[in-house]
Amino acid sequence: MRRCVTCCVVVFVLCAGSAFAQSKARAQNVPEIPYESVPNFLKLPPGLYLGEAIGVATNSKGHVFVYTRSANTRLFEFDQNGVYVREIGEGSYGFEFAHAVRVDPQDNIWVVDEGTNMVVKFNPEGRVVMVLGRRPEAVAGVPATQAGPAPPAEKYLLGRPTDVAWDPQGNIFVSDGYVNHRVVKYDKNGRFIRQVGSERAGSEPSQFSTPHGIAVDAQGNVYVADRANNRMQVLDNNLVLRAIYDNIGVSWTVCISPGPHQYLFSSNSNPNGNTPGSWDITGEIYKMELDGTILGRFGHASKQIGGFQVVHAIDCRNPNEIIVAEIESWRVQKLMLKPMPVKASAERQESR
Amino acid sequence: MTKQCSIVAVAALLAGLPAAAQFAVPEIRFESADVLKFPDNIHLGEAAGVATNSKGDVFVYTRTGHPTISIGSARPFAHGGSRLFQFDRTGKFVREIGQGSYGFLFAQQARVDPQDNLWVVDQMSSMVIKFDANGQVQLLLGRKAESEQVPARGTGPAPAAPAGAAAGAAGEAIVGRGAGAGGGRAAGPADAEGPPAGRGRGGPPGAGAQSDVFQRPTDVAWDGAGNIYVADGFGNSRVAKFDKNGKFVKSWGSRGLAPGQFNTPHGIAIDAQGLVYIADSGNRRIQVFDGDGNFKTQFLNVGTPSAICITPGPRQYLYSSNSNPPTDLDVDGEIYKLDLNGRLLGRFGKAGKLLKEFGTVNAIDCRSENELYVGETGNWRVQKLTLHPVP
Repeated sequence: MRRCVTCCVVVFVLCAGSAFAQSKARAQNVPEIPYESVPNFLKLPPGLYLGEAIGVATNSKGHVFVYTRSANTRLFEFDQNGVYVREIGEGSYGFEFAHAVRVDPQDNIWVVDEGTNMVVKFNPEGRVVMVLGRRPEAVAGVPATQAGPAPPAEKYLLGRPTDVAWDPQGNIFVSDGYVNHRVVKYDKNGRFIRQVGSERAGSEPSQFSTPHGIAVDAQGNVYVADRANNRMQVLDNNLVLRAIYDNIGVSWTVCISPGPHQYLFSSNSNPNGNTPGSWDITGEIYKMELDGTILGRFGHASKQIGGFQVVHAIDCRNPNEIIVAEIESWRVQKLMLKPMPVKASAERQESR
Repeated sequence: MTKQCSIVAVAALLAGLPAAAQFAVPEIRFESADVLKFPDNIHLGEAAGVATNSKGDVFVYTRTGHPTISIGSARPFAHGGSRLFQFDRTGKFVREIGQGSYGFLFAQQARVDPQDNLWVVDQMSSMVIKFDANGQVQLLLGRKAESEQVPARGTGPAPAAPAGAAAGAAGEAIVGRGAGAGGGRAAGPADAEGPPAGRGRGGPPGAGAQSDVFQRPTDVAWDGAGNIYVADGFGNSRVAKFDKNGKFVKSWGSRGLAPGQFNTPHGIAIDAQGLVYIADSGNRRIQVFDGDGNFKTQFLNVGTPSAICITPGPRQYLYSSNSNPPTDLDVDGEIYKLDLNGRLLGRFGKAGKLLKEFGTVNAIDCRSENELYVGETGNWRVQKLTLHPVP
């Protein structure tokens, strides 16, 4: 198995030429993972509403954090049963247009805001303990809508960043983002170490086009949802390319479960705007081994409970209890995955 | 080797830094504590202004959000964006002052005068606001622009203008326009791209109007007679003087490199003799004037002075922060202690995010010589520093 992984990596990297520019065919005959959506999982108090449910994450106690675009961007905490607990960072200078929330192994809560170009770290008590990037100053007045090429990427400024992750040493990895197209590694104290990619989008290996989600496994490898390139890129801890997974549709967001056997989840989210035919070929989430082997898929595009409307974030702390946040249905669902039928499992074995 | 040496020497000259000064300054040991305690729903943003009063109360003028503009109005009007908080000497939250104030858009500085009045400087409303000890408005200098211009002044419709680039580019644009908060590295003299230079009506660039029409002012100070001096600022490059009742007296300075000229005067402090010290950040020097604006001397050994403070009492000291730019955590960041002749007595700290490190210091309070409060824009916090005696 170990050797096989190495082979795959080599093959991926070797054939990493111009062919990568095109989106690849999705994997066929992927077994369906049955699941149920927990009804009324989040219980919002009267007068409180979610807007676009952009970010969702859980902490070690199972509390659920939702970073949402409502009238103002806000961060809410719910307990493991979905009961509302509190708001965090009310009126924070870092909140303008939500993009991601993640909880690190020490239960610190990190939000990524693509309106302020900042990553803000809250401690478990909900106080700011570190910020990355800097909000553009207001004093210049209303900025014109951006046109033309992005300015050169800076070590300590971010360009509409999208997501954040950490390796076991606490190094910080930021996917950045819509203006820059790079992954930046900072040490645990926020000092720049290196980056891969740049302010320019690209489709070659180690280039990115809207890196939209990021996760790190227990070995420190970095998985980047390279959204506009329809692929996931896997980097080692020094941001050197290891592999490309390009049979999972659009990789909008990525999650890696903890524990001795880690699983990788990636969403082929249906595109915004409900374009004709789009629901037929998008919407599912893939469950994979870290080496890219697809174990199964679940979900489909739909506005009903149990279906997905542009999944924007996945929490997979428990790989059998997945929490998803959706842009276009303004909701967070908790999905209970069920064991796969035996037949499907057998096929999976063969396909390896 | 000789060549290397000469390169170093040239580089040092270009940087305006006598190379020797870099190495001879003793390191001051110090401790730091994050002392302010907040109610759950109150958070600091960029801690732009920090000051203490005679009782040790701590005031923080902070950027808590960005001004909002309503859609559907005759013109775009900017509202809100900054808040002013008071804490007691133990760091306990006391109250908010000036809630919803018309002038609170983009916090720049807070200072407390000898009578315990609290003054704040707002860079975006271009106002200096004096509150009495009860938090009532006593005096106003400057006037907030009625509405915002869209597209923003100086950014223009040119597609290449980076001001709109969401990549923190608006912030960068500001740096280009004469140093973002925390001082820029704009080495050149006149910054042609700056906001409409001073509405000077024929005067030299940056001289401003002979009035209290400020252009992004940065700081305020008083002499023994209560005269008011305003560092003005990112847009203008001048010092404006008013009597204690707020009547305009005079202003001096224009944009440039010569003595008496400024490139982003970013801080101001006045000693017991009435000498005026200006943190001329873009020119990487502190200039000293008498109260009439006559140039006396300059200190070239402090990096980019972005926040300055003079201690009270019979023997006065000057603190000056060589703040790192918002774009870089791997340079600068240290604070210098000087005597009033410009002699470096010590230095401490460096750029970073941990306690005892500084992220673009914007304010120093030095009411007590060895107990400083430091406000940072790069890290959203106020640190209380306890300095050990200079070795």
